Amino acid sequence: MIRYAARRLLTAVLLLLVISFLAFLLQQLAPVDPAEAVLHAQGVPQVTSELIAQKKAELGLDRPLLRQYASWLASSVQLDFGLSYVTGKPVWSLLGPAFMHTLQLTAVSAAAIILLSVALGVYCALREDAWPDRATRGAAFLLTAMPPYWLAAWLVWLFSVKLDLLPTSGMDSAASFVLPTAVLAVGYAGVYFRVIRSSMIAGRNEDYVLYGRANGLTERAITRRVLANSLQVAVPMFGMAVPILLGSTVVVENVFAWPGLGTLSVKAILGRDYPVIQAFVLLLASSFVVFNAVSEVLSGLLNPRLRKDL
Amino acid sequence: MKRISRLLSDRLALLSLAVLAAIAAAGMLAPWLAPHPPDEVNMALRYGPWSLHYPLGNDQLGRCVLSRILYGIRPSVLLVLAAVLASVLIGAAVGMAAGYAGGRTDALLMRLCDVMLSFPGYVMTLAVIGVLGVGLQNILLAFILMKWAWFARIVRSSVRQIADADYVRFARTLGTGSLAILFRHILPVCVPELAVVASSSFGSTLLQVSGLSFLGLGIQAPQAEWGMMLSEARQSMFSRPELMLAPGLMIVLTVSAVNFLSDAMQQAVDPQAGSSKRHQPERAEAALIGREVA
Repeated sequence: MIRYAARRLLTAVLLLLVISFLAFLLQQLAPVDPAEAVLHAQGVPQVTSELIAQKKAELGLDRPLLRQYASWLASSVQLDFGLSYVTGKPVWSLLGPAFMHTLQLTAVSAAAIILLSVALGVYCALREDAWPDRATRGAAFLLTAMPPYWLAAWLVWLFSVKLDLLPTSGMDSAASFVLPTAVLAVGYAGVYFRVIRSSMIAGRNEDYVLYGRANGLTERAITRRVLANSLQVAVPMFGMAVPILLGSTVVVENVFAWPGLGTLSVKAILGRDYPVIQAFVLLLASSFVVFNAVSEVLSGLLNPRLRKDL
Repeated sequence: MKRISRLLSDRLALLSLAVLAAIAAAGMLAPWLAPHPPDEVNMALRYGPWSLHYPLGNDQLGRCVLSRILYGIRPSVLLVLAAVLASVLIGAAVGMAAGYAGGRTDALLMRLCDVMLSFPGYVMTLAVIGVLGVGLQNILLAFILMKWAWFARIVRSSVRQIADADYVRFARTLGTGSLAILFRHILPVCVPELAVVASSSFGSTLLQVSGLSFLGLGIQAPQAEWGMMLSEARQSMFSRPELMLAPGLMIVLTVSAVNFLSDAMQQAVDPQAGSSKRHQPERAEAALIGREVA
């Protein structure tokens, strides 16, 4: 097991290196000269070619590409991503708080998604093909076919405008979490509960269930055991869900004016603020890799059969 | 009872296919079907109600909503479909090459796929738009760049399963060329599974692309696109919520039809799904990750 975990983490580190190089290349591909952009951001009134050359030397942009990459990586690891082209502030001072806000939204939504999918999955599996099961699946089908921002707009219209119960946007109180979380949770749980449902239905036909019944276990105890086995499928799935969620709150954040990464990144793209875009990509792709590695190691712990793959 | 329900699900699949075909046809024939030019501004008719001349009313600039919906099919559905097909083709080619060649080629191509798949979907898209600038073509390009790896993996694993099958060995012994074996004996076996994953990924891509257009990162005004129309309708949603209806419902209709079709295809490919003991969870998971909710 330790060897499996070590190999898995080594792959993750290699992957992180490749990803960071790609993120580094982003700026090289961008049509804006970094030295010039930084001068503009610092409010230099007259940008001359001497100033640009001077800035280039200062920022180390005249060095070979790999050397630049190395120093960029070294400072990135220390969360120094340079200055925003638009505001002139350090990138991390914008990205850090936004990341925390997105993490909060992701954590609350992930908890809601896990609770909702496990509850609905078990509920529907126990009532396979009866009307509550069909109705839930039908509703989930419809809800997952809806654009999340469309659903969000209607929820705002109903709960904030007509009923005046919840705030329309921002992140001021616990009530601010309700609508964004609902939109995110509905979309994901509507898909995930089906996996839990079908794996529970499949699990109920296993031999150990028959054995348990023959031994006089109560239905409740059997359901608990079947669920425990279904979690083998669910844990890696939820492990994947967290980073996917982290990267896809973009739309919901923008609808609810959530001060998070999604809002920041769209603003950065529209303002062509490359250091922010670059740091955003690096940050999210790294969290994705780390979460994946951790959840794979966790599933390896739960299910020894998976360890042989590597 | 089982037959009836299977027939019913087939009918649903047929209906979904018919709906999608009708939408595609309406998109292609938009210039002939639309009652008005989609960009024709008429300030006298701002927020006009449903009428004979304007069956779905008018938007905030007095433009015909029905005409905009019809023209919107092109970027919202047809171009997205083209992008999904392109990534399927690239993925199939890479997957077949990797699976059939094996060895070092396989390892190299699969590591490349790993790297591509290690970027969460939205981040990759935002990165590409960030470098190339906003616009629908850049969004679609980003999707192709990202999704091919997913299809390549699926095709590769099918190919690897089949490449050692007896009938393939037999064909090889008879001196059949590699390409002939790939296209005649291996590809047909991969197609059903590829179709399932491709269709469910089509639904999610459609939602994501419309979401990016909604954020203003996709198609630019005054072009008609459903996500874009919703973003415009949202500005006046507290006074005129009805403008949110038509484009939103069209997206729901299209995505539902696509998802129905994809589920029905999965049933047809693997009738055991739902009751089988072993294979089922992984399969469901594969289809779900392909769908990757927006």
